[in-house]
Order: sequence, then structure tokens, then C-alpha cells
Amino acid sequence: MSKFKKKKGGELPAISTASLPDIVFMLLFFFMVATVMRDSTLMVANTLPAADQVQKLDKKDRVMYIYAGKPSDRYQEKFGTQPKIQLNDKFATVQDVGAFVLAERASKRQELQNVLTTALKVDGETNMGLISDIKQELRKVNALKINYTTRSGDYRQNLK
Amino acid sequence: MAKRSAPEVNAGSMADIAFLLLIFFLVTTTIETDSGLNRKLPPMEDVVDPPIIKQKNIFTVVVNKNNDLLVEEKPMEIGELRAAAVAFLDNGGGKGEDACNFCQGARDASSSDNPEKAVISLKNDRETDYKVYIAVQNELVAAYNELRNREFARLNPSVGLTFVQADSKYSDPRTSTSEKEALKPKLDKVKALFPQKLSEAEPSKTN
Repeated sequence: MSKFKKKKGGELPAISTASLPDIVFMLLFFFMVATVMRDSTLMVANTLPAADQVQKLDKKDRVMYIYAGKPSDRYQEKFGTQPKIQLNDKFATVQDVGAFVLAERASKRQELQNVLTTALKVDGETNMGLISDIKQELRKVNALKINYTTRSGDYRQNLK
Repeated sequence: MAKRSAPEVNAGSMADIAFLLLIFFLVTTTIETDSGLNRKLPPMEDVVDPPIIKQKNIFTVVVNKNNDLLVEEKPMEIGELRAAAVAFLDNGGGKGEDACNFCQGARDASSSDNPEKAVISLKNDRETDYKVYIAVQNELVAAYNELRNREFARLNPSVGLTFVQADSKYSDPRTSTSEKEALKPKLDKVKALFPQKLSEAEPSKTN
């Protein structure tokens, strides 16, 4: 019996997959860090319009969100296709906006109550009438800082 | 008999577990858009004595229900709006104490006196599309930003930032307090030269 046994076959060695978990974990951590859990489920279509002169929104605890747009497909049977306002997890009418803002303001810390911003997340297809009504309601409760939330992109995308 | 080594734990399924978590986070992730156009609404109370603004100092922009633009009584494409707004704001047609010493515009006597007096009035119909309205707002803000960038570069050539960059740096919570204090007077000065006077009228009813 020879001491040096000839290696059998000329097969290629298997590619080591030992580093695969590392790569996947790296991706995993990225997504865990980048994820922001939504605090309300969207019930309206919400394709935001594009703008390129945007400013960053304030910290999250100083912002309250008002959504508006056409109800999503599964709500259309019940609520129709006209654009509606969504506050927290419910559809609301224009008259509810004032009460919503006051309730949100009361739930914030004292020092933040005067620096709140209202972010309007409105679908691009909505008519301005609804937005003007919201703005009037906001003026009535003295919530004057607003932000039209947009995607960043060229404005020409809005014109099709 | 050969020495037996401790058996290695099989880590082959680790990748599967990690993939499972990865896919969960991929599906649940919604990268939040948290930027937009900041605006300030006018307060509700009626102004007792509204200041009289000369017609030549008002730049009227009307968007009708078919999303067409009427600027200073003339139809206009949205692509030309930025340049028209810049020309209006930067006109500097005032004389005497209304004169504008930093304006580089045409100094047309029938257009605005100086940027401080110039007001842009944006009016929309109830049936205007929101996205078109945003496009118009975006162009008007862009006109202000363009002029502010120019003045910022002229007054602070050593900073090496544009006004917009400096402003976002100022509002970034990661910027140190000393840097913020250094930036604030520079920003305020430029803002005072070109104050953003953009009035949003209440919408007209569709006839």
C-alpha cells in the first residue's frame, strides 16, 4: 500500500457557501434598520406627486398625518370612488379634521404643542377642492404649519 | 484508535433562517417619504387694515379646472413659469427708497419694485388636480430658491454651499450647535433679501 494515495477523479471542489449566511445577515440588518413600521394602515390610494424643491420633515413626534385620496379597491364597494380623507384608521369627513388636530395636539408633550406640523399625504389625482376644505379647517384650529408631502422627482412627472 | 474530535454543529440551515427573516422585512418595509414642500397658512382672523399692494407688485398665477396656467393674464406653459417668476422677483424696478441694489433683473417700471414688495398670488380652481398644483408650487419655490442661492453665493463665497444645502444642513439634527449658530445669520440675511411671499387665495368655484 502506497503512502501517497492518488487522489481520485478530477472533480471540481464544491464552492464554499459558508459566507452566504454572513451576506444574508448583512442584508437583513440593513432592512431591519431601514424599516419604519407604519402606524396606520392606508385605506386610500396614495400616489404622491413629485417635486424637487423639497425640505425634510421635522422629527416624527412633531408631525401629524392627514391622508386623502380615492378609497382603495377593497373599500370602493362600500365608500365609493370619490376622494376621501383618512384620519388614523378611519375615513372621515372634512368636519372631523379640526377635532382630529386638536386631539393630536392634546396628546403631544407641552413643549411640542406649538411646533406641530400637519403633513398632507394626498394622492395626486385628488381635486384641489378637498384640499382647500382641509386647509380651511386647519386654519380654523390654528394649525398653520403644513407640509405637502411629495416624492422627490421631477415636476414634469405630474403633468404626464 | 484515532482521537475523535467534537462533532461540528451543522450550520447549513442558518442561511435559510436568515433568508426567511430577510424576506419578512423586505415585504413589510415601506421606506417612508418624509419630505415635502413646507408651507404656512395665513391665520384666520381678518386683517383690519389690509395693506394696499400695487398691482405691479403682484404676480398672479391662476390654475383653472383643466389644469391650464394663466400667468399675469396670459396663458403659459408650466416649463416657463420658473423663469417668469425669477424675472418678476428679481426685476427691481423701484426708484428712490424702493430701489433694489442687488437685483439683476430688467428694472422694468411696470413690474415689481423690489423683492421685498413682490408678492406671488396663487389661485386655483376647486377642480384643479393636486399634482398640477404641486408642480406649480414646486416651480414657484424653485424660483425663490434660485435667487436665494445666487445671493447666498454672492454674500458668502467662502462657505461653498448653496442656500438650499445650507438650509437643509441647518435643519439637520446631526449638525452641531456651533455650526448652526454660524449658519443662522447668513441664512436669515438671504431670507430677508428674498422673503417668500406666496399667497394662496381661497379657490374659486367652478362655473
